[in-house]
Amino acid sequence: MADTEFFADADALARAIPDGAKLAVFKDCGVPMETARALVRRKARGLHLVTVPTGGMIADLLIAARCVDSIETAGVSLGEFGPARAFARAVKSGQIEIRDTTCPAIYSGLQAGEKGIPFMPMRGLIGSDILKARTDYALIGNPFAQNDPIVAVPAIRPDIALIHVALADRSGNLWVGRQSEQKIMAHAAHRTFATAEKIVDDNLLENEQLAAAGLSSLYVSAIAPAPGGAWPLDMPGHYGTDRRHMKDYARVSGNDDAFTAYLAEHVLKKPAAAE
Amino acid sequence: MSEPCRPEELMISAIAGLLDDAAHIAVGVLSPIPGSAALLARARTGARVSIIGSTVPEFRTDGGVDLFDAAGQGRIDAFFLSGGQIDGAANINLTGIGDYPGMDVRWSGAFGSAYLYFQVPKVILFRDEHSRRTLVDKVDFVSAPGVSEKGVYRPGGPHGLVTALCVMLFDRKAGRFTLQSIHPGHSLEEVRDNTGFDFDCPEHVAQTRMPDAEALGVIRGEVAAAIANPYPGFARRMFAV
Repeated sequence: MADTEFFADADALARAIPDGAKLAVFKDCGVPMETARALVRRKARGLHLVTVPTGGMIADLLIAARCVDSIETAGVSLGEFGPARAFARAVKSGQIEIRDTTCPAIYSGLQAGEKGIPFMPMRGLIGSDILKARTDYALIGNPFAQNDPIVAVPAIRPDIALIHVALADRSGNLWVGRQSEQKIMAHAAHRTFATAEKIVDDNLLENEQLAAAGLSSLYVSAIAPAPGGAWPLDMPGHYGTDRRHMKDYARVSGNDDAFTAYLAEHVLKKPAAAE
Repeated sequence: MSEPCRPEELMISAIAGLLDDAAHIAVGVLSPIPGSAALLARARTGARVSIIGSTVPEFRTDGGVDLFDAAGQGRIDAFFLSGGQIDGAANINLTGIGDYPGMDVRWSGAFGSAYLYFQVPKVILFRDEHSRRTLVDKVDFVSAPGVSEKGVYRPGGPHGLVTALCVMLFDRKAGRFTLQSIHPGHSLEEVRDNTGFDFDCPEHVAQTRMPDAEALGVIRGEVAAAIANPYPGFARRMFAV
């Protein structure tokens, strides 16, 4: 029997996310933007973001809205639309604590987390200033060979993996499609909160075609419907990136007055129900 | 008569010229010019090309982890990196300028560089802007090191550097760049004046070969159409597709 909780919308879901929570957020194709906007609306504070493995608009927006205290990331950028200026400014001013890393180190940490083991060894990093800055990483020796130093990345256990998926079912299962990193996030996190384009009655895991890209309700604590929940980012099979909006956002990022106006227009107003 | 070769097309052609022997070329984020070069190499050699951010992945079905695991096993032959700063020892800085962490200028971050630079045999550095601001004596922050101490597992590393002015090749043993060719219309003095690090220079430096009419046709046809998937803005600006 699934004990996944169903919420009416992203705002109700966001109210169940406590201030100070460590949140894992995915990089693209299924970014929970509506939940992020709902977190801004409920004035969430002190969040710790783990970007999987990099961050974009969701990190920049939450930082600009002062919801974030720290970020662990391999990089934050608006991609083709330009730099994430609010992120850069917050790092420079010390408004947020930065824990820089490289993409596979995030995956390694989450993989250790999902396996319930303390660390994962990984190649690379040796000789970088990232390794110098990451005093929580360790340089260890390969126990099966002589003179083979390797980096140990500690397990990452986010409080909540925050994801947006195409399909959820009434039993609490999710379909993550190609974005199987979302399974790693969910396995590693203590709880997973998902918004979904669509919630169906049929059990997704009973469908042979869908089950392989499915995530069991075992991991899923909360689901809310959010059609268009990744907007203005893309959701493969549903909608593409709203390029005009992203260009507008790239312009307001890092500019206080423009960002305040952006928040008023696009974030603080709750979206119309079936938009 | 077709339009003359543009600087971007020359760089695409120059990068592709370094990829002849790569069977699997992977392309990271924010890399429309290297991505186009990989696609040009594919048209010539039949190489497999995987572009992150493309919704038509050629081998990745298992999300981003695939790329790093494949690189770890040696299944990727060539990759591209860039840097806000690149120095003479091929160290790259994608993190920022000034003292870490509250830097004077903060960039996006290292992305996969601190791993892929070690793992992929042929990493080509690309930086359009060739200036003393970008090509420095020593980077402020080593996001990923150009060379590693003996004993560090490192099958991969820097192969060359392509900029708006020239092509340099990197000697991993010496830990230094050697000027390979200068793009048409530019001079050795210009390269020296705009490079913040010391590099080796042969007595006679070749001119970078211009793409011929056939190569330009492929770039403006097949490559332009394919690069529009991950980089629609670039494709529209460059090729009006």
